Order: sequence, then structure tokens, then C-alpha cells
Amino acid sequence: MGGVLTIVLKRLGLGLFTLFIISVLIFGAVELLPGDIAEAVLGQGATKENVQAMREALGLDKAAPVRYFEWLAGAVTGNFGVSLISQSPVTEVIAPRFANTLFLASYAAVIAVPIAILLGVVVALFRDTLFDRVANVLTLTSISSPEFFLGYVLILYLGVKTGMFPSIATLNDNMTFLELLHRTFLPALTMVLVVVAHMMRMTRASIIALLASPYIEMARLKGTPGWKVIVKHALPNAWAPIINVVALNLAYLITGVVLVEVVFVYPGIGQLLVDAVTKRDFPVVQACCLIFAATFILLNLAADVGAILTNPRLRHPK
Amino acid sequence: MTGKKKDVLLDIKDLRIEGYSDEKWIEIVHGVDLTLHRGEVMGLIGESGAGKSTIGLAAMGFARDGCRISGGSIEFDGMELTTTSEADRRALRGARIAYVAQSAAASFNPAHKLIDQHTEAPVHYRMRKRLESQEDAMELYERLRLPNPRDIGFRYPHQVSGGQLQRAMTAMAMACRPDLIIFDEPTTALDVTTQIEVLAAIRDIVDQFNTAAIYITHDLAVVAQMADVIKVLLKGDEVEEADTETMLKSPKEDYTKSLWAVRSFQREQKSRPTGDAVPVVSVQEIDASYGPTKVLDNVSFDVYAGMTVAVVGESGSGKSTTARVITGLLPPDKGKILMNGEEMPPSYKQRSKEELRKAQMIYQMADTALNPKVRICDIIGRPAQFYGGLKGGALKSRVDELLDLIELEPSQYYSRFPPELSGGQKQRIGIARALAADPTFIICDEVTSALDQLVAEGILKLLDRLQKELNLAYMFITHDLATVRSIADEVVVMKQGKVVEQGPKDVMFTPPHHPYTDLLLSSVPEMDPNWLTTLLEERGVDNVGEAADV
Repeated sequence: MGGVLTIVLKRLGLGLFTLFIISVLIFGAVELLPGDIAEAVLGQGATKENVQAMREALGLDKAAPVRYFEWLAGAVTGNFGVSLISQSPVTEVIAPRFANTLFLASYAAVIAVPIAILLGVVVALFRDTLFDRVANVLTLTSISSPEFFLGYVLILYLGVKTGMFPSIATLNDNMTFLELLHRTFLPALTMVLVVVAHMMRMTRASIIALLASPYIEMARLKGTPGWKVIVKHALPNAWAPIINVVALNLAYLITGVVLVEVVFVYPGIGQLLVDAVTKRDFPVVQACCLIFAATFILLNLAADVGAILTNPRLRHPK
Repeated sequence: MTGKKKDVLLDIKDLRIEGYSDEKWIEIVHGVDLTLHRGEVMGLIGESGAGKSTIGLAAMGFARDGCRISGGSIEFDGMELTTTSEADRRALRGARIAYVAQSAAASFNPAHKLIDQHTEAPVHYRMRKRLESQEDAMELYERLRLPNPRDIGFRYPHQVSGGQLQRAMTAMAMACRPDLIIFDEPTTALDVTTQIEVLAAIRDIVDQFNTAAIYITHDLAVVAQMADVIKVLLKGDEVEEADTETMLKSPKEDYTKSLWAVRSFQREQKSRPTGDAVPVVSVQEIDASYGPTKVLDNVSFDVYAGMTVAVVGESGSGKSTTARVITGLLPPDKGKILMNGEEMPPSYKQRSKEELRKAQMIYQMADTALNPKVRICDIIGRPAQFYGGLKGGALKSRVDELLDLIELEPSQYYSRFPPELSGGQKQRIGIARALAADPTFIICDEVTSALDQLVAEGILKLLDRLQKELNLAYMFITHDLATVRSIADEVVVMKQGKVVEQGPKDVMFTPPHHPYTDLLLSSVPEMDPNWLTTLLEERGVDNVGEAADV
């Protein structure tokens, strides 16, 4: 297992390096936003003195590289600065929103991942039958519809017409866990519909790719029933690509949910980011982007480790 | 009913099988009959495309994807497999009819331990509890003379050697004590020394349990050791069937006789030029390694113009690595390569076009060595253009000339694609591509081992003719000693990266040998049906495994 640990450490190091590059890009992108930040924050009625004072308060009079390293030094110690809008520390602004996003993503993932893999196995077993085709058409339809459209369709049928679930997913502090699940069901379902197809089709494809291997034929010639051939003989060898796609989709659940949050008025990090961009709250923008980048890197690292752990050649060296 | 009728285990009549290709069903087995009695071993032999495996699988009521059983009857112990339900057929597989595949390394699931794969069928059929079945597996491993029989099952397939895997697979086939086992080329992928262990193990266990078997192979000498009865197949038709003794001594059909005759091709041995002739290639004290692993240790030999040096040894002995060093694909750690007396730069990147032109290669798998999307004229034309600078009409006539040389009609093959050709034709294109550079030295890396014997013989004859006409020097990498006998002038025996012995062929094939050469030579199966028995007695039956580790 020593080998696995070295690989993980190497990837972690590479991940940190990537994160550093991304931080430069994010900082540069924010710099490129048109207009003066102080003016944008203060509005049109601000006097020159006010703007100047604001610039100094924000440190905008310093050169960009100096500001970048000051920001980086803060970020490394967990201090992302102060939000320009609320004047509270960025971490305090982001933390509850990020927690909400993580909650919604986990909710969707807990439903989507098992369904996708199970469905993938089942369609692999019944490949080229009517069931396979119907499942393919349905999942492809759901993946090709924009999230906001899916969201509105769900609101119309499950929210407005039947009244089974609330259309708006606002939260408050004294909700029970069950209420929380009920309240956020529609956004979670929307996201499930968006990600299931990708994972299911990868599961199906990686299993079917293995069905021509000699060990699958051997399993059949031992009299192993069809479902067991798939579950016991094909699936354990198909994990690596499946895990990678699952990780990619999990990352999407965290970083790609802006539209869903807007449709359902859900107080997640996506909405926060959009607000912050329009209001030029650049410390918040930078912190959000960095969190998204770190999420991607960590989930991909997890996928690599998962792929290694499911490969018997790496798990049990000679 | 007579007692004899009761004895029949498998009765196949007028079996027809179709394969799907080019959007239609084409018959590939045309009405074959096969009768097998309890405890009997039948050898099915023939070239690729003869339908051996297809018939073997049909005996289990199984057809591969893209194949279907289209006619005839398959009666196994009174049960008609063509009409019974798939569930009933499946219930026979693993339980009463078992299968041993060609490559155990590919046919064991890499994700599970050997013993878990072994116990799967008996547990599924509720014949044994898991632990009982494990206990039984260990006992079978011991009978098959696997090392550490109590522990080896708890390993994963990649942790066990090829020969051991093949025996573990035979043990797995025995797990439910079937009435019939289909052995589908079980030793083809193994070295000769390993092959003996597996053959001996299979023969013993089939004897001990009085299991009937269908033994599929293209190797006549192997089938002679294993089978009571031999059936010869050609393109989905039966040629003839007889008991082993009769078949070997007096085959009736011409096709069978031609199979028997293959091994007789032998060209006259040439000896080194006298005087101060400079070798075309001189390998001098080469050490080489892949990363930290040393794979060649002080390898030296010379190849003279017009002569063939065969480099033999088991897999992993460093034969192909030597070729990689000569061509500059793997720069050596130490030593040098001389061509016509001039030292070559170690890496191909530093060699000039002229230096590269002199040494060309022909590969084992013509299938993968030719780009399937490129026309024959471009495959052969490319080196002629690159090294010879030919263009337009000159290039076309050079390609035509080369196609003539390899005995393929230029007008017919000029603009075809590799997938339209047979295996032997593809290998000829590989030869033409090497010749296109106008080399003085050609490395032939197992060029005949993927081919049927008759086709292989054609390739050997062609190479021999080209050598005479063009005064080429060959380095022939092979593990097949029959090929060595037929074409080599000198032999280099390699083991674990070292040259253990080298010399002229006649000397090498005459005792006394180096012990390793002796082991290699004596391990090549011979047509004599008693060869294996005699050999095992000489070596002492209980240490076949050890004999191979000398």
C-alpha cells in the first residue's frame, strides 16, 4: 500500500500547484473586469475623494502583483479578506452558503449515483432490448434539457399542479431534517435528472466493453447466470472509468448548480457567486472560485485513488 | 439397447454452425459428426478457421456472439442440447461439461482470487459448501503439482505464472467432477518447458477421474501425447478420424499427410565465410536494462552475410530485447553494435538514414504491425520513398517489383488494404516492407509463430529464397525449435539475458549440449505417442516442475 500513498501525495502536490496556477488566473480575471472597482462599489454619485479613499482602503493603489501576494498570503492562512458589500469576513459569508450547496449536492448524489450505477448494470444486462432503448432515450432527454427547463417542468407538475413539493427552496434555521429534505426535493431531483444519464451510460459502456473478454466467456462457460456474470465478473473490472465519471459529476453538482439555485431560490454558493460578480465583491468572487477549483481537484484525486484501490494488480503487487 | 450404446457420452450429428459477417449468415461448420465415449480423449486438429473451437464450444451447447448453431443434433448423455432450454444448457456448463481456455492469464478474472473462481461453480450448483470446495481445490492443486497447493489459491491471477495458471484452470474445470472437459489449445501460449508440465498434469488428472475430453490444438505432436482418437478438420469439414496410432502411422487423406509433412522442410546449412570476412552485424558484450532491471548480460554474437542466426530461448530470456538494442530502440548500458565493421550510435535517434536503412524488422503479429487504414502500395512504398528517394513511376515500379518478390500479383494487391488479406499474405507484406529499404540485415521476430504450419512453411521458403537472391543476413528470433531446424545456420541459446551456448546448427543439435539447451531440445514434443511418457520417466515424474527450473 506504500505505493498508493506515494501516488496520493504526488497527486496532492500537483493539485496544490494547479490550485496556485488557478489562483493567478482568478486574480487576473478579476483584474480584467471592466471599470474601477471603487467606483462600481460606491455608485455614480460618489465624489472623487470618496473614491480615492475607497481605493486606498481596498489597497487598489498598490501594484497588482503586490496585491496578489498579499491576497495569497491571507488565503493560505484561511483569511480571504472582507466582503465589500457586507463588510464581514469572506469566510463568514461563504461558509453557510457552501454548507447549503454541499447539502444539496450530497442529497442529489445519494439518489443519483446508486440509481445511475444500478440502471447502468441493468441496461447492460438487457442490452439491445426495448428496455435498454427506452432507458437510453429517457436519460438522454433529461441530460439534453437545460436544468432551468427541467426545474420549471418539475415545479409545474410536482409543485403547482399536485402541490406535493414546495416550488421554492428557501431555508430557515428551525426546520427539521425531514422538512429540509422535503423543501429541497425539487432542486435535488432536477440535479439528479441532469447527472444520472452520464454516469449510467458510462457504467453501461464500461461493462459492455468487458463482455468480449475471455474471462467473461469463461464465467459463462462455468454456468454462471447472466446477472451474476455482469455484477460479479464484469463490474469489478469496470470501476475505474465509472469512478472517474462519478467524480466529474459530483464536482458538477457542487460547481455547476447556479441555474438550479436561481430557479428554486436556494441559498447556495452559486447564487452568492453570481451576486458577488454583479456587485464587484471581488474577495468573495476569488474565494468562491478557489473553492470550486479545490473541489474539482480533490474529487479527481479521490477518483484516481478509487481507481487504484479497485485495481487488484495495484492493490496486490506481485 | 446394447452396452456399447450406453457408453456414448457425446453424440454430435451433422452439426452446422453459422457465423455473422458482412450482414449475412455464412456457414462455417458444414455438417460434422462426432462421437465421444466416456473416459475417451479426442484430439481435434486443424489450422485456424477449421472450426475446432466453434465445435468444442458447441459441445457445451454454446455459440459465441455472432455465431449460431443452425442445424444438426448435439446429444449429451441423452439430452438434446439444440432443443433444450437455455437454462438447462447452462446448468450443464461447469457442472457436467467444463472448459479450459487457451490463455489462462486472460480467462481468469483479474478481480478475484483463484480459489474464489474455483469454488464459484460447485457452490452455485450446491454440490459443495464453500469451505469443502476450497479444501477440494487445494487437493486438486496438489494433484496437479502446483507449488504451495494450500496457499496458491489465495493469490490473484497476476501473481501466478502462466504455466501455473493453466494448471489452476484445469483444476477449476475439475471442480464439479465433470463428465467432459473441452481443452481449447491449453498449452499454445506456453514455452516448451512449461508446456510439458501442463500436458503431464492434464493427462494425469483426466486419467485419474476417467473424464472424457476434447483436446483442441493445431500442434500434432501435442495431440499425439494426449488423445486416444484424432479427428482432422479443414475449413469446417471433417477430413478424417482414426485412433492416434493409426492416424500417425498411416494417414489416409492427402491433407492429413501434408500436415504431417510440414516439419520436413529443411534447407542446407551454410558455414561462415573463411578468411577475413567482416560480419554484417556484430553484437559485442552488450548489457541492457529496463529501468533498474537488468535484462541483457554480456551478449555477443556475429551474423555474416547470407546466413541465418536463430536466437532461441523461453519468453523473458532477452531475445526481443537484443533486437531492440541492435536497431537502436533501446540504447545499451555497455557494449557496442558493429555493422560491416562500423560502430553504430547507440540510439536510433543518432543514426543516419543510411545506418537505419541497413537493419530492418519483420514482426510476429502482421495484424498489428500493418496499419489497417493504409493501402498496400503506401505501406511498401513509404520506406522505398524514405530511404531510396523514389517518386512517381520509379516508386510504382519498385513496389511492383517488391510485390513480385514476395509472390503476390502486383495488379491484384497494389491498392488493397491489409484487413482484406489472409494472415500469410499480411506477413508477406511485412517482408516486402522490410525489403523496400534495401537492407543487408533483417530481424525476424517470431514471424511464423502466429501462422498455421503450412502457411508458416511458405513464409520460411520465401525468406530462404530471398536470402539466396539478395544475400541477406537474418537474425531469427523464435521459441520454436522446428523453425530453427529448418532455416538456421547458427544458433544462439539465451536464458535470463545471457547467452548460454552458441554455435553452428549441426553442432548445437548434436549432443553433448549445455544442460539448458538439452532441456529446451528434449521438451519439444515429438510425434511419437509415447514421447511424453518416456520423457517423464527419464526426468522422474514427480519433479517435472523442477526439471523446468534447471
